Amino acid sequence: MTDFAEIWSYLSRGPLLWLTATLAAYAIGDACARAANRAPLVNPVLIAVTVLAPVLWLTGTPYATYFEGAQFVHFLLGPVTISLALPLCENLPRIRRAALPMLAALVAGSVTSAVSVLAIARGFGLGPDLLASLAPKAATAPVAIGVSERLGGSPTLTAVMVLITGAIGAVVVTPLLNLLRIKDWRARGFSVGVAAHGIGTARALQVNPTAGAFAGLGMALNAVLTAVIAPLILRLFL
Amino acid sequence: MIHALLAILLCQLAGEATVRALGLPLPGPVLGMVLMVLALRLSPRLLALVSPLARGLLANMSLLFVPAGVGVVGHAAILGAQGGPLFLALLGSTVLAIAVGALTFAAVARLTGNRDD
Repeated sequence: MTDFAEIWSYLSRGPLLWLTATLAAYAIGDACARAANRAPLVNPVLIAVTVLAPVLWLTGTPYATYFEGAQFVHFLLGPVTISLALPLCENLPRIRRAALPMLAALVAGSVTSAVSVLAIARGFGLGPDLLASLAPKAATAPVAIGVSERLGGSPTLTAVMVLITGAIGAVVVTPLLNLLRIKDWRARGFSVGVAAHGIGTARALQVNPTAGAFAGLGMALNAVLTAVIAPLILRLFL
Repeated sequence: MIHALLAILLCQLAGEATVRALGLPLPGPVLGMVLMVLALRLSPRLLALVSPLARGLLANMSLLFVPAGVGVVGHAAILGAQGGPLFLALLGSTVLAIAVGALTFAAVARLTGNRDD
């Protein structure tokens, strides 16, 4: 009989184990979210991460080893972005009609995001390299990382900031906009797409298809706008 | 399914290649999404072909952030002593940005008589 250590060393070398673990952790997270009727705090990503992180830690698995398996899931971030074309296409007449409110909300949301994060961070006395890493945090990761690098920030730190921003957005959007009595699904989706990129969009898609379509558009538009305005806004705070 | 995946990957590839070639400041997949919107408008056949796969991916979009999320936990140490202030800055600014964005959208929609139906 082969002993456990031998099976483990075989499995831990290939991508199968951690790919399976990623899907299993998400299945648990999604089951919890469903059971809680998609309550905002019961976020499937946060649960999956909370399940996986201690498993990696307990088994002494380095992130690089984990990622060898998880990369197949990670890779699909590209194709899912292309897939956002579908809700956009289906809502194109409504999107055209909402051009003016969208443009106003894009500029307002994007500027508020960069100005407020820098103002709060500077209020706490954080240094210029941290400010540069924070400025583009509302944009989707590849854009935010590129902008941060150009401004002298840390790409790794920016990636972390971007993900935490997305998770915060996905958790707060529903109670926050209920509190503000915003009932327009276009406004609800668009604002979370601008402020919390893909993770916010994923939440919007699970709540309402109109919100999902407008969130995808908000994310795409803010990717472009952030690349332009984040450097300008950062200059005001240095 | 293979044809749907092929169409999606071709858009992504075209997006990535164009962004690199022209040095555009946006991610390749975002340009690929624009290309896919154009292609779907031109061809109802493509729309029918891509729909099931695209819907499946979108329904599970949250899953795709799990690998990167696990990476955040591993990198928690780089936040160091600044972790608290950084988190508060992100929390405050994300709440403000969502609120200001949604209120602006609703206000401008009301001012311009733009109602959803």
